[in-house]
Amino acid sequence: MIRLEKIIVTYRTDAGIHEALAGVDLAIERGTSCVIIGPTGCGKTSLLYLLAGLLEPASGQVILDGRPLSGVRRQTSLILQQHGLFPWKNALANASLGLGIRGAAREKVMGTTRTLMEKMGIWDVRRSYPAQLSGGQRQRVAIARSLATDPDLLLMDEPFSALDAMTRESLQELFLGLWKERSFTSVLVTHSIEEAAFLGNRIVVLSPRPGRVLGILENPEMGDPRYRLSESFHLMCSGIRRLMEGSR
Amino acid sequence: MKPMRSAAQPYTLAAVALAAGWQVAATALNTEALPGPASVLVSFARQVRGPLGIHFAVSAYRVLVSLALALVTAVPWGIAMGRMRRTDALLSPLVYLIYPIPKIAFLPLVLLLFGIGDGSRIFLIAFILFFQILVTTRDAAREIPREYILSMRSLGAGRLQKAFHLVLPAVLPKILTSLRIGIGTAIAVLFFVESFATSTGLGYFILDAWSRLDYESMYAGIVGMGLLGAVLYEFVEVLDRTLCRWTKI
Ligand SMILES: Nc1ncnc2c1ncn2[C@@H]1O[C@H](COP(=O)(O)OP(=O)(O)OP(=O)(O)O)[C@@H](O)[C@H]1O
Ligand SMILES: [Mg+2]
Repeated sequence: MIRLEKIIVTYRTDAGIHEALAGVDLAIERGTSCVIIGPTGCGKTSLLYLLAGLLEPASGQVILDGRPLSGVRRQTSLILQQHGLFPWKNALANASLGLGIRGAAREKVMGTTRTLMEKMGIWDVRRSYPAQLSGGQRQRVAIARSLATDPDLLLMDEPFSALDAMTRESLQELFLGLWKERSFTSVLVTHSIEEAAFLGNRIVVLSPRPGRVLGILENPEMGDPRYRLSESFHLMCSGIRRLMEGSR
Repeated sequence: MKPMRSAAQPYTLAAVALAAGWQVAATALNTEALPGPASVLVSFARQVRGPLGIHFAVSAYRVLVSLALALVTAVPWGIAMGRMRRTDALLSPLVYLIYPIPKIAFLPLVLLLFGIGDGSRIFLIAFILFFQILVTTRDAAREIPREYILSMRSLGAGRLQKAFHLVLPAVLPKILTSLRIGIGTAIAVLFFVESFATSTGLGYFILDAWSRLDYESMYAGIVGMGLLGAVLYEFVEVLDRTLCRWTKI
């Protein structure tokens, strides 16, 4: 269970204090998939950094399992907006990095990474550098790296936004399968309404900057790959759209 | 053995072009101070298994030790300055004050501290290279994208792991570039430090031949310096190809 209480995030810039989040209150249940959607620049990335322990709020606090969050924690994995792979490491070295850093035994590192990479269809490209991979493959490596450490909380910053429609949908389905199988808590940031409706148990709509919670939508039918084709999926999308447009 | 051939072929071409230009100049000037390439090569071949080879080895040793010394001291400091704002604010002014001073001006002091042996010569070359490598490393470390830093931090990496998995690989291509520039500087300084109080090294060999008006030998020594540089450059190329393969795609 994660609770955000009256979170305010500001950045100091040359032009003065720049408010990114202006009082966000939010609760995320353990094992659920929470999607945060909002217009560009509303503070979505800032919110994820906060949950990752990479950023301190100007005021308010993040409570994780009853205790205030302070700094990076080992059971949290983060996938950055630009996937955050290291260009000097090949796919295998990138995917195994998190486990390696935690000092796991070499056989365990290789075994776990291999299983994940095979499952995600990227074992064959393990010797390729990120620059040699397609966007979809890169994203798969990033997901493999973040899941290799078996996190209880996975944070993703627009992971599928740079992909073509077909690749995006197949990766969304891959992700859905992994989430159902492994039951980690997922917080995914997106600006795509369809993605929010497809991947979120709950959809949190943020206002334009400075970000505030405009509304929270429950999405009980989510979880079935065929949900995308259903009537209620389209209703959900319209609901999100109305909330977002109401703020303009 | 593909890489060998691909490196040797351009060198053959370059050597032929250089010899041709040299021959033209030698014929045109028609002076003892510039013998043709043929007689110089004969002189080089005759002496390389004897004294010239030994002088070459001594010079190579001095340059290599200087380069290594400059690397192991400048890279950690460059990284520290590039990644830690306080350290940078403290040390950068100091670096900017010392960097432009011709270090050769400190020769009397260096001789006093390190004696007239190899210590002084190696120290002087390394001292000059240190600043070139330091500033390049610092700037490269500063420019590491924030995204990589955050990615590393979120993986839970400690200081050493960050240095090893992130900072070193990120700055390595720039370090190799500073080495390439440094090799030119190193050989220029080498010539200077081998011009006094020694009877070994290519610099000594060249000046000694000159004083005896043995121009064939003098140019054989110059060819040796060229070769020394080329060998060092190729060594850096090999490092680049093996350690920075990711930049070549
Ligand atoms: N390091 C920083 N320094 C100053 N301002 C920043 C910094 N990072 C973000 N901001 C500002 O804070 C606001 C929120 O940024 P953030 O990156 O969290 O938005 P976002 O919702 O992720 O945007 P996008 O959808 O474009 O990724 C923006 O107006 C941005 O310009
Ligand atoms: Mg963002």
